[in-house]
Amino acid sequence: MVEARFQPGDRVTVRNTAPLGHIRTPFYIRGHSGTIERLCGRFPNPEELAQMRDGLPALPLYRVRFLQREVWPDYRGSADDVLEVEIFQHWLE
Amino acid sequence: MGGLPAGPVERGEHDEARSYADWERRVDAMAVLMAAHHITVDERRRHIEQLPPEAYDRMSYYERWIVSLTQAMIQRGVITTDELGRKMEEVRKRG
Repeated sequence: MVEARFQPGDRVTVRNTAPLGHIRTPFYIRGHSGTIERLCGRFPNPEELAQMRDGLPALPLYRVRFLQREVWPDYRGSADDVLEVEIFQHWLE
Repeated sequence: MGGLPAGPVERGEHDEARSYADWERRVDAMAVLMAAHHITVDERRRHIEQLPPEAYDRMSYYERWIVSLTQAMIQRGVITTDELGRKMEEVRKRG
């Protein structure tokens, strides 16, 4: 089993890279920093599934919370508004 | 869409947003069947994301699905491009 490296409350930064293939990590969130909200579980790696392989071992998937105003420079809502994105462990530092 | 500007959000549920044509229902059913044979949504998304942007914008939702299902079947050797081409020819002749 792949060990979960992060705990709820940990600050993390999403890696900013753009390899080929199907990537679940949205472009707009790459390079941004947020806080681990929870560990969602372990799931087969979708990047591998997309290439017709089994995606195993399953990887930890986290729900990560970002401040909207830090993600969108022109955000006009409340300063406390958050955005939550589910991101696999290998995309987090 | 994907962090880029897009049109207004369609707020209807998937099944009630509009009525679907029979071919669209068949494409949906085929995707479910192929998932049972381990052709994952991730694999289909890879094919959809490889569409050139202008093709992506021009195609309807289920037209993109057809491309992804067809690419997956060709890559996995379920059908050949020659079989596909001949079938398309045959269907076109039906008029």
